[in-house]
Amino acid sequence: MKSGANGDVVSGGVLTGLGVFVVIEASRWDYLAPDGPGPGFFPLWYGIALIALSLALMIGALKRRAAASETRADWREVGRALVAWAAFALSVALLKLLGFLLSFALLTLFIVSVMYRRPLGFGLAASVGSAAAFYLIFPLALNVALPVGVFGF
Amino acid sequence: MDVASGLIQGFSVALAPGNLMWCFVGCFLGTVVGIMPGLGPAATIAMLLPLTFKMDPTSAIIMLAGIYYGAKYGGSTTSILLNVPGESASVVTCLDGYQMARKGRAGAALGIAAIASFVAGTVGVIALMLISPPLAKVALSFSSPEYFALMALGLAMVVLLAGRSLVKALMAMLVGLWIASIGTDLFTAVSRFTFGQSELLDGVDFVIVAIGVFAVGEVLGNMEQREAAQVLPVPKGLRNLLPTLEELKACRFAFLNGSVVGFLIGVLPGAGSTIASFISYGLEKAVSKHPEKFGTGVPEGVAAPEGANNSETGGALVPMLTLGIPGSSTTAILLAALILWGLKPGPLMIQDNPALFWGLVASMYVGNVMLLVLNIPLIPLFAQILRLPVELLYPLIFGISIVGVYSVSGSLFDVWMLAAFGLLGYVMRRLDYPSAPLILGLVLGDSMERALRQSLMMSQGELGILVSRPVSAIMLGLTVLILLLPLFRKANAWRVRALEENG
Repeated sequence: MKSGANGDVVSGGVLTGLGVFVVIEASRWDYLAPDGPGPGFFPLWYGIALIALSLALMIGALKRRAAASETRADWREVGRALVAWAAFALSVALLKLLGFLLSFALLTLFIVSVMYRRPLGFGLAASVGSAAAFYLIFPLALNVALPVGVFGF
Repeated sequence: MDVASGLIQGFSVALAPGNLMWCFVGCFLGTVVGIMPGLGPAATIAMLLPLTFKMDPTSAIIMLAGIYYGAKYGGSTTSILLNVPGESASVVTCLDGYQMARKGRAGAALGIAAIASFVAGTVGVIALMLISPPLAKVALSFSSPEYFALMALGLAMVVLLAGRSLVKALMAMLVGLWIASIGTDLFTAVSRFTFGQSELLDGVDFVIVAIGVFAVGEVLGNMEQREAAQVLPVPKGLRNLLPTLEELKACRFAFLNGSVVGFLIGVLPGAGSTIASFISYGLEKAVSKHPEKFGTGVPEGVAAPEGANNSETGGALVPMLTLGIPGSSTTAILLAALILWGLKPGPLMIQDNPALFWGLVASMYVGNVMLLVLNIPLIPLFAQILRLPVELLYPLIFGISIVGVYSVSGSLFDVWMLAAFGLLGYVMRRLDYPSAPLILGLVLGDSMERALRQSLMMSQGELGILVSRPVSAIMLGLTVLILLLPLFRKANAWRVRALEENG
């Protein structure tokens, strides 16, 4: 998957910010202690390297952007992936309230019936079946605990 | 312990009923994930890692290694039937494998791939067994400066060969080093980058990052499109899966080429099976009497890359087991697994844990035989896996990822981090940042910082210690050379071409 210059500029900017954060944090810790390098020694150097490389990436990307027309990102594809991630994150947020089995069943239903547009009946069967399979395999067969919600499962 | 007695001990471990079963489970799962496009061995091993914590480490490593080399066998199936590689190392197999399938020789192509995998996989294990003990003896003389230099060299190799952009690969590695720094500093007990969160005092668990970046990130990338590829029919019956005598004769050199090239490339950190299969294919084409036919469906074009791809596994385990330096994402996860089980991969590994090392080697012989027996008659059955709807597969991977992370610590905070690293994995894919340097930076970051700080303690802060010792000086010199290589236009053009041809 090739990234465009815009993506490089944005990611370079974010990583420059991370580099600056690392350097500021590292400068608060000892660089050299009496018995050798302190906790700030290693982070300071990789933080500086991160800033330098991010700036190099951004400058290179800006030059490329000026020289050639930018190929546009397919936002439809990105959107689908981000919707899937949002659904995943929402199911994580619901773990405390609904527990794993219910959250996971809802996530499966959303992916099957909304994202892949399969009939609701099929989606319901898939979500109930998958959650039941997880229950049988993990807590029952392998004795692995799953997050439990207010309903006790 | 010499090789013969080590191997006898190894077979007594590998042939124990429990270990035979785990070897079979690993090989079977490996074949299945190798067949599934978009789910690689690294993601599978990362997801299953938490479930191995209660297992005996020898049985666990036998199973995880089975997934690693089993996936190489399975990877060829999708390349041949779908023209979609199940994992990156099978990209080259598409060139001639898919063409053979289109000519109605899908069975023969799958058979050749399985035979080449068996021959080269076995050669790789023999070489692993012969090379590891002497290499470990050499590494015993290493001290902190040599270890720091060795890790720097390993990271440089990975960075060089990980992606089209060296800058992005370096940045991914630095982010990996940063994640490794999160938590309490072991030397001074100072908490670093914890954002006031007590959950971060122990650092970020490797399992969370690996599952997030590989499993969740890969699934998100695959979910960008709704459509699934169409699979070619697989001929039924064992006879239809066997190549003709003529085809096997044509593959003689390819089996040898794949075995040797794959192992040698595997030993080098960073090169990996994708590069091994590409070089082996190129070599086969260069010495062929009919190079113009490559790409139109010649059996050698399947045998050479598939052999290299499998022999590379044995090679890749050499630096991981003897030096504690992984050369790829998958071996990085295996290394992390050994550490999590309380073992110390490195020069003393063979001496301190002979049952584990020799048991693993012997299990790989057994596993290769199992895979050959499993693959040839069951290929049509395995191909049915490709018909599993992705809309059912993807939520299952999400679910296993959550359970895998939650089972490590029982903390919902870690599950939130999984979601964050999943998004990071997707963004990295989308923006063409390679994930291997991030994972290796994370795995090696702690040891690298420790080795550097111990070196500077030894020299009372003098950086000269890193270059005043011959072995570390040579390795650091090579590191600098490797990182400067892309500045030379011709060398960089070769590097980029090799990576692009590998997809």
